[in-house]
Amino acid sequence: MKDRTLWGLTAGTLLLAAGGVWLPNWAMFLVTVALAKGLAVLGLLILWRTGLMSFGQALYFALGGYTAGLLGQTFHVRDAFLLLAGGTAVSAAVAAALGFLIARYREIFFAMLTMAFSMILYGALVKSQALGSTDGFAITPATFAGFAPSGAILKLPLFWLACATAYFAALGLHRYLLSPMGALAVAIRDNEIRVEYLGVSVKDAVHVKTVLAAALTGAGGVITALAVGHIDPEMAYWTTSGEFVFVTILSGTGSIAAPFAGSILFELLRSFAVQYSPYTWQLTMGSVLLLLILFVPNGLWSLFGRLLRRAA
Amino acid sequence: MLTFVAIVVDGLVYASWLFIVALGLTLIFGVMRILNVAHGGLYAVGAYTSAAMIGAYFRGGYPPALSYLLMLASAAFVGTILGLLLERGLLRFFYQRDEVIIVLVTYAVFLMLEDAIRLIWGTDAYFAYQPYSLLGNTQAGGLNFANYDLTLIGLAVITGGALWWALNRTRRGMLLRVVIHDRELALFMGINVARVFTVTFVIGAILGALGGAFTAPMISVTFGIGVEVIVLAFAVVVIGGMGSVPGAVLGALIVGLSRSAAVHLYAELELFVIYAVMTLVLAFRPQGLFVRAAARKI
Repeated sequence: MKDRTLWGLTAGTLLLAAGGVWLPNWAMFLVTVALAKGLAVLGLLILWRTGLMSFGQALYFALGGYTAGLLGQTFHVRDAFLLLAGGTAVSAAVAAALGFLIARYREIFFAMLTMAFSMILYGALVKSQALGSTDGFAITPATFAGFAPSGAILKLPLFWLACATAYFAALGLHRYLLSPMGALAVAIRDNEIRVEYLGVSVKDAVHVKTVLAAALTGAGGVITALAVGHIDPEMAYWTTSGEFVFVTILSGTGSIAAPFAGSILFELLRSFAVQYSPYTWQLTMGSVLLLLILFVPNGLWSLFGRLLRRAA
Repeated sequence: MLTFVAIVVDGLVYASWLFIVALGLTLIFGVMRILNVAHGGLYAVGAYTSAAMIGAYFRGGYPPALSYLLMLASAAFVGTILGLLLERGLLRFFYQRDEVIIVLVTYAVFLMLEDAIRLIWGTDAYFAYQPYSLLGNTQAGGLNFANYDLTLIGLAVITGGALWWALNRTRRGMLLRVVIHDRELALFMGINVARVFTVTFVIGAILGALGGAFTAPMISVTFGIGVEVIVLAFAVVVIGGMGSVPGAVLGALIVGLSRSAAVHLYAELELFVIYAVMTLVLAFRPQGLFVRAAARKI
């Protein structure tokens, strides 16, 4: 089974990266942003498997984006790899610090506390004139190890970076979830106290998972910021977190590839909903969410998984 | 000294507003263990209905004094209808599911309500200033206060008091408290829990719509007011302890006074301070200020 996921992921990523060359610009942009947000959803996957739903991933998303922007503005760093590393590191560091507090909570209070932290960042960003307040600021296009893309292939390197980051993140997380520490996630969700009796510190396990989720979300924030070219406090608002949660439910936690498939589907759905029914797109999204919760509670990937199993 | 008085009065006004808005949320959570994200949508619907009706009312030239009654009636009407529709038509199918799933259902409902509002009332801003300006101002110690703001304090006290009295001094209220404590035991004792849930949700919806209805004269009712209100209401409810009316009072006071202090003294901290206070309270009291001891199932 491990081999199947590995081959499936590799094949899928290569197909995507190769096929993406022929995508029109709007589609390439959409897939890049979808993959970046899929990273955030991947983080939520870990947490949801542990039985925790975080309503504050927007905190790390915004931290990633703003770090990338500030590194560019203040330190004139333009290399995409450095920006990615920087954004991820800052998000992970903040999560490591906040995790001491957050890991003590469960259920609704975990959701509320994480949301509170993301709103704190939002409030700070909105009121800070230096960072552009609600307007935010623009980010200069990134260079890739010295190479500055232009013309027809302007967005292509970033698209490939998104694919590569998604691939390695998914791979790494797949190995993590097969390891003892990762397998604990489902155990913690089922019965925390018995896990404690096994001699494992549940608080530490949750702390580690929070940091992992934060790092992934931070990376997603950097790539989104680079793709959109603009950073604003909306990245930290609770509706952004709500979006990530929506996609988590949409895709389900069945597989490592599910968040990315679900994210691409969500972005497509939203783009077409906004285009064809601009006054009722939220109605559409809300109804879709309701139908999903009612009829496909384990996410769309569970349907796909059922098909695969019947074929095998 | 003047700043201090301004901070206290503004803080009390804002706290009253927060209390009225958050009361419905904490009641629904206390009884049904549902974190109702759609509360923001109910607030917005209450505000739009109130603004639209006030506009029509004053254009019709009816006696101005009755406009307040109209606001109350419109909130009650809209809250009852939406509350019944939502609870009976949708939420009751999810009671057996995980708490987080219900939150997502209410989130979906919120998205749908936002669009429904846009479809019905459009994207224009509504101004219903007449009830606000009718009451005039008070001059006290060099500061100007709008009487409407001060009556909001009175409204909060009345609403809170009425709810407290209903919960603690009536028989139906006692049944409600039994359901809050232990739903299964209430079922065994023969309490019609399904009906209690419906009644609670409708009351919560009415309170949400009431918050919106009485806020409408103070602001320009426009797209997006529901979104902002939700996080504030959550902060108050979480600080006070979910399901606790005294908790909501204390939570509203804390948040209201802190925000007022921030606005007057160090304006950049306004948004920050509300959530910082919430984090601080949660750090020391993980379940809020007023919370009952509950047994943990192993």
